[in-house]
Amino acid sequence: MEHLEQFRQEVRDWLEENCPPSMRTPLVPEEEVWGGRNAEYVNPESKLWLERMGEKGWTAPNLPKEYGGGGLDRDQTKVLHQELFRIKARPALNSFGIWMLAPCIIEFGSEEQKREHLPKIIKGEIRWCQGYSEPGSGSDLASLSTKAEDMGDHYLVNGQKVWTSYADKADWIFALVRTGPKEPKHNGISFLLIDMATEGVSTKPITLISGKSPFCETFFDNVKAPKENLVGVENSGWTIAKKLLQHERNFISNFGLAGGGTGSGADVVNIAKKYLGEANGQIANPAQRENITLHKMKEHAFGLTLQRSGDEGAKASAASSMFKYYGTEHNKDRYELMIAAMGNKGLGWTNEGFSDDEQAITKAWLRTKANSIEGGTSEVQLNVISRRVLDLPN
Amino acid sequence: MKLILTEEQQFLKDTAQSFARDKTPVTHFRELRDSDNSQCWDDGVWQEMVELGWSGILVPEKFGGSEFGMAGISVIMQELGKTLTPSPILSTSVLGVSAINMLGSDDQKENYLPKIVAGELTTALAIDEGNHHDPFAIETTAILDGDHWVLNGKKVFVVDGSSADTILIVARTSGKSGESNGISVFVASKKIAGLDVSKISTADSRNYANIEMSDLKLEQNALLGEKDLAGETIEKILDLGRIAISAEMLGNTEEAFEVTINYLKERKQFGVQIGSFQALQHRAAKMFCEIELTKSAVIAAMHAADENSNELERLSSLAKFQAGETLHLVSNEAIQMHGGIGVTDEYDIGFYLKRARVAEQIFGTSEFHQARYADISGF
Repeated sequence: MEHLEQFRQEVRDWLEENCPPSMRTPLVPEEEVWGGRNAEYVNPESKLWLERMGEKGWTAPNLPKEYGGGGLDRDQTKVLHQELFRIKARPALNSFGIWMLAPCIIEFGSEEQKREHLPKIIKGEIRWCQGYSEPGSGSDLASLSTKAEDMGDHYLVNGQKVWTSYADKADWIFALVRTGPKEPKHNGISFLLIDMATEGVSTKPITLISGKSPFCETFFDNVKAPKENLVGVENSGWTIAKKLLQHERNFISNFGLAGGGTGSGADVVNIAKKYLGEANGQIANPAQRENITLHKMKEHAFGLTLQRSGDEGAKASAASSMFKYYGTEHNKDRYELMIAAMGNKGLGWTNEGFSDDEQAITKAWLRTKANSIEGGTSEVQLNVISRRVLDLPN
Repeated sequence: MKLILTEEQQFLKDTAQSFARDKTPVTHFRELRDSDNSQCWDDGVWQEMVELGWSGILVPEKFGGSEFGMAGISVIMQELGKTLTPSPILSTSVLGVSAINMLGSDDQKENYLPKIVAGELTTALAIDEGNHHDPFAIETTAILDGDHWVLNGKKVFVVDGSSADTILIVARTSGKSGESNGISVFVASKKIAGLDVSKISTADSRNYANIEMSDLKLEQNALLGEKDLAGETIEKILDLGRIAISAEMLGNTEEAFEVTINYLKERKQFGVQIGSFQALQHRAAKMFCEIELTKSAVIAAMHAADENSNELERLSSLAKFQAGETLHLVSNEAIQMHGGIGVTDEYDIGFYLKRARVAEQIFGTSEFHQARYADISGF
């Protein structure tokens, strides 16, 4: 305990000296830091903050020091987070590399891969994106068909990925490719790292029903990927893929519950009172008041369930399917109720005739439709509950 | 407030589970239903519960109880609910005890509580007068005439009303129907002139009565607590009743669901287990989610009661609402998923449906509690 308190003091002193003043103010979306070769910094202090944290390895505090990580144990990591939280420090770096890829490289990568990639991920020098889904492979991910042919010293990659978040901004992609076309579908997949600057790689942003989005399509047209960029053993990439999906689901489950990242933070009851009016302090329209009450009661019970799950310290996997399913469906419901309460004010597209908040709610309503699709559809979650929790037969 | 059980509460729950499995499986209820036992619960079984201390869980220690609280009695109700075990525990050990303990004088407590703990006295709370639960719509009158109270009016659907030794009558001593002021509670022995108790026959084969008071004369000390001022306390007593029956309904739900899931694994059609059909799997998975929400609402409400939380009213309504909605869903789906066998009297699953609808009515349906929750929350 004593050495932990000593560590806390060291962290405190270091942060005091190194966390720039503006990095202790609430984050504005334009100043979010994702790093990478082409990163642009609206606020120069964001860059400074990333460099200092990256140098310390504290962007990835629990990764080994020899690869550029912080080398902290679990307790020390907790202390670091507490101290960052205490001064309301902004995240120095958002990174798919750290959240998803790094743990897999640690577990499955070669020594050369660890030395090559981990330090750059941790310092935010290289920004990664995830190449999983394909136009023909959504929920049935293992049916993917992007092929990688063995050409001796390299793989020749041809195919297309879709829903690649920030592919247009990323430097490298970790992709699932088919190396064993004759094997059963799960056994012919490999996990390959590809430099996005390689000739033949191109991206195209996807516009959603809600408007601009970070999602892209990514095309591979005779792309040469050196063989040393294969992670693990050829044709056994599915194991790595599943491991990585766990990290992704945790991430998206929170994202969905928080309102799809585009939430306006608006409360449905306040919205209803504002746009439907009040009668004796109540939402004036009785039918909508009833629908909203139902929604709020379910929300209350769901919130208590999240709390109970935490109190019980329940095993994550079964519960996470329920939370992903219920949370995202509930979030969709919230926005349906909100735009219904707003009437014609809930249907704005640009600022002609609509306030910023009104447009934001309309866009958020449309964005929530993807919550129950991304990261495993609601139907997939129900399958998981049926099979793994209720033990119903296949 | 942590939404888990303490070790002691868990121990009580385990005890109740073994009791229900060993002594009162569903066959016990079936036998009672098919017998000519008009009180619809078994004296011997109740005495065993009394010996385990269940009658006195809400009774203060100085009157012989254990003060184990709402969490204690709720987990027992939940386990008894699984096997549809009938007993006077709700009417006596929750409602009767709470009313006497919260409203009564020391003399009244001394007079009734030890007898309840000892299993010598059962009670019933006579409150509703119409087709729907409406706690302040009280038209039964009580007028002080010299040294006697005189009561006139009708009560309906009184839980355990036909078996209770003592009836707690909610009457109006001033004001008009709908007002919470002017409400008082009286204690009356069942065997008294002017009190006409008639058993009604309900789909769940339990014990309810309509009660008529015609110039029912009661001694002055039959008034429980103070005149006119019982309204607020009645709401609190009802909230405890709502939480207890929500726990029982959760137990009903859990068992009906488990039986149904097992059936989906056993029953074969088209050469496969019907549980392999996605049309059934997804409905089962959705029920699972609703049951998880119900567990959370019930445990939050019972802890809120024990901690005297100012969220008690909202959480009690949330629990009764969620328990009602979920049991409604699961009792219907259980029948449908069982197919033909589900609608036969020979098979037990139909009992859960019949119990469900009656329990949904007791102390307010989901719609009642939805409206109450909205009002309390200021929607």
